[in-house]
Amino acid sequence: MDYILSLITFLPLLGALIVGLFVPGSDTQSSENAKRVSFVTSIIVFLLSLVMFSEFDKNSSDFQFVEEFLWLGFFNYKLGVDGISVILILLTTGMMPLVFLSSWTTSKRVKEYLISFLILETLMVGVFVSLDIFLFYVFFEAGLIPMFLIIGIWGGQERVFASFKFFLYTLLGSILMLVAMIIMWDLSGTTDITKLLNYEFESEPFYILGVYIPSGIQTLLWLGFFASFAVKLPMFPVHTWLPDAHVQAPTGGSVLLAAILLKMGGYGFIRFSIPMFYDASLYFQSFIFILSIIAIIYTSLVALVQTDMKKLIAYSSVAHMGFVTLGLFSLNQQGIDGAIFQMVSHGFISAALFLIVGVVYERTSTREILAFGGLIRRMPNYAMVFMVLTLANVGLPGTSGFIGEFLSLVGVFQVAPLYAFFGALGVVLSACYGLLLYKKVILGELIKENLKRINDISFREKFCLYPLVLLIIFFGIYPKPIIETYSVTVANYLQILN
Amino acid sequence: MSENLTHLIPELFLVIFNLSFLCVMLFVKSSAILLNCNKLAALALIITAVLVHFNSIEANPIINGFYTSNEFTAFFKILILFLSSVILYLSDAYLKKNDLLKYEFPILINFSVFGMLVVISSNDLMTLYLGIEIQSLSLYVIAAYRRDNLKSTEAGLKYFILGALSSGLLLYGISLVYGTTGSTQFHTIYSAIMYTDRTLGLQIGMVFLLSAIAFKFAAFPFHMWTPDVYDGSPTPVTAFMAIVPKLAIGAILAKVLFDVFGGISDKWQLVLVFLSGGSMIIGSFGAIAQSNIKRILGYSSIGHVGFALMGLAAVSPEGLSGFIIYLFLYSIMMLGIFAFILNMEKDGVLVTDIYLLAKYSEKNPAISFALSLILFSLAGIPPLAGFICKLYVMMAIINSGLVYLALVGAIVSVIGAFYYLRIVYIIYFSESDDKIDANIPVGHLFILFLSSTAIVVGTYNLLGIEPLTRAAAESLLY
Repeated sequence: MDYILSLITFLPLLGALIVGLFVPGSDTQSSENAKRVSFVTSIIVFLLSLVMFSEFDKNSSDFQFVEEFLWLGFFNYKLGVDGISVILILLTTGMMPLVFLSSWTTSKRVKEYLISFLILETLMVGVFVSLDIFLFYVFFEAGLIPMFLIIGIWGGQERVFASFKFFLYTLLGSILMLVAMIIMWDLSGTTDITKLLNYEFESEPFYILGVYIPSGIQTLLWLGFFASFAVKLPMFPVHTWLPDAHVQAPTGGSVLLAAILLKMGGYGFIRFSIPMFYDASLYFQSFIFILSIIAIIYTSLVALVQTDMKKLIAYSSVAHMGFVTLGLFSLNQQGIDGAIFQMVSHGFISAALFLIVGVVYERTSTREILAFGGLIRRMPNYAMVFMVLTLANVGLPGTSGFIGEFLSLVGVFQVAPLYAFFGALGVVLSACYGLLLYKKVILGELIKENLKRINDISFREKFCLYPLVLLIIFFGIYPKPIIETYSVTVANYLQILN
Repeated sequence: MSENLTHLIPELFLVIFNLSFLCVMLFVKSSAILLNCNKLAALALIITAVLVHFNSIEANPIINGFYTSNEFTAFFKILILFLSSVILYLSDAYLKKNDLLKYEFPILINFSVFGMLVVISSNDLMTLYLGIEIQSLSLYVIAAYRRDNLKSTEAGLKYFILGALSSGLLLYGISLVYGTTGSTQFHTIYSAIMYTDRTLGLQIGMVFLLSAIAFKFAAFPFHMWTPDVYDGSPTPVTAFMAIVPKLAIGAILAKVLFDVFGGISDKWQLVLVFLSGGSMIIGSFGAIAQSNIKRILGYSSIGHVGFALMGLAAVSPEGLSGFIIYLFLYSIMMLGIFAFILNMEKDGVLVTDIYLLAKYSEKNPAISFALSLILFSLAGIPPLAGFICKLYVMMAIINSGLVYLALVGAIVSVIGAFYYLRIVYIIYFSESDDKIDANIPVGHLFILFLSSTAIVVGTYNLLGIEPLTRAAAESLLY
């Protein structure tokens, strides 16, 4: 078990190497082989992470499976997981096989496609396991390269614009985080996250060029990290890259973007901003609340008028991420528990929603809402899955979406009831756009000529969608397995901070 | 005296080789030797590097204080000699194809390298001046090496006129420094500054000196010549100018700052902050509108010089070591890029337009991948080595309290990322049918892949040069 984290992290990279070097040729047969290799790799990684999870001690808030190697001296290769990261690792490794399955029909430059996704898996897992700020930064930032290529090569019409926007937005955010990290290293003399969690950064207010800085250096560092995570999450007003990137990315890319990459922002807040800069987090609490409320209400309204299904879901993602930030910055047990649950649940729901859109896009090559209607006549299974997902997205009790939103709102209610009220308003709005979408696409008469011969979801697609649907319902009824994984860690955090 | 001369064996070997090579080649008619003159010259450079390696290290200045030979100089000399020999090898095919292969080319390159060796080792402002002149004069000539080409001639002339101006500045600065301190030797000036008043004349002299060196280094605001000269010169010359002089001038800049003006670092720190910040900004904004890859690399080199100078502006051993690491990795990356650019052809005609790289990845996935790695590394995307060296200088500068310079660097590197990405985008996504059909020789491919492997491996241990740069930095500081 000593090196299991390294194994989970770098096994996909090995898979990428195998696909790149040992699967020759570019005909259909070899690309079929490449798909199999990648799929099997991702399954093995998932099984390994399950093994790791079974060994994971939920009653401890310490970092587990820690491994450390000397790297460039002042920063080291150090891995480890606690309750928060382990759940996100499971989400990542579990999502990858579905991504490969869902993109089984890709025919454009298949090998490069698979290699990009495998490398991306390594980098995503790496973000969640790294226990060194610079190592974290390396993984966090390097993920931009494969994602840039995924959007740029396999994307839709406007892919060039979208890929550049995605890249430069995120780069600008994270490079400010890098500066903040270097300052942290300069102040504390260490880059080890476990040590930094126990290091108290000064919070004496001071003046820079006559500008009053409350909470002193903590504020500046907090802002540096905020720039990165707010873009990644994304929060209003820096969310505009997300709809573009989502719409243009291929289905697999959208799934990963929604299910995993967005979670890195939330993970960053809970790993760095809140525990390390607690005073600044308190100071910025209402600022975050206001941004989250704007995100929830404004993007829900924007989602109402979208004509593109993917764009609608992308905006709804921004709204749901608003609940995550609301919950995190309520800075109490329920709120943070709810926010992390919301991240996981949104991982399931949004991934499944993008897969759902991918299903009809593959058949009709369009995502215009108006191009559909009455699909229930030809695709009953599809309509059923879509219904569950829509309701989960709305946050209906009995689905996992409810638990996350409810707990987050409970957390916020304890500190600021007014914001909780506005947040709850967002739930109503999400019902508006969600149900409207369902009505326009699924219900009604089947009048479009090209839809009259459309087929229901195939076995492969069922295999992708049903597990997610089952998980959504299961965790909606019985959320304990997820929450108990990280609640000890969160409780410990809060105990230290208070 | 004879004892002293042993320290000069590498330089003596190189200059004697050059002179005799020139004399011999005048009479050689054999095409076999003419065709291989580049390789012969490259061999001479490698032998010189070996001689440098085995030459003894002397902590104190030698030859009446005119010259030094320590870890710092040895590190840079070996690096320069190896890189120049690789560039000579790379340019062989290009020169043959364009009917430019004459024995003057390797000889001029070698003379320039000789000048750089003198510059690096100089411990006296006069030696410094002579060294800079030798390396520059050779460069002026080879910039205009393609005599029948208007742009090449223009490049040579432009470089010459502006270079002459900077030499004037250099001499004027030297005379002012001499006038106020009474010596031209580095150590004497250093102690004179430490124990006497810092007069205005000295400070003006220092600024003139730094301006002249910054000009050779192509740092803002003395960068104007760079894109034009890079663009106009034949590509092998561009490759040479973009890589090798940067190392030599960087070495002497560090040496002048710490060995001569080490006592007034508070005075030159702001100058360097200005040079560094300006270069980074110009380097990233300038290239946005360019589509000629040589001009892009011209601006890119300005930007990288800015980043490297950030290490010097930190005025600390870490900063100096970061500066050396930066220059080293920059030269590795540039070498890889130029191994590719030297072979950019369309229908047998050399091209430099990046839009002709459209869809290059479909035919040559491996080459495109290696090239993209280098471009991402130049943009400073982790985990590639280009990121690690940026991290080093930024850590040093933040450690010295100049957070705002690090912020400038951070923001412009996002802007700079745009134009590197644009090349990647053209290679991978562009739809145009206008394609280049380069046939890259195996040797060039080897260099390209070596360079991209180096930046990946460099992530792990910086190719093991960190201890070397520390030793070099320490031998300069103490």
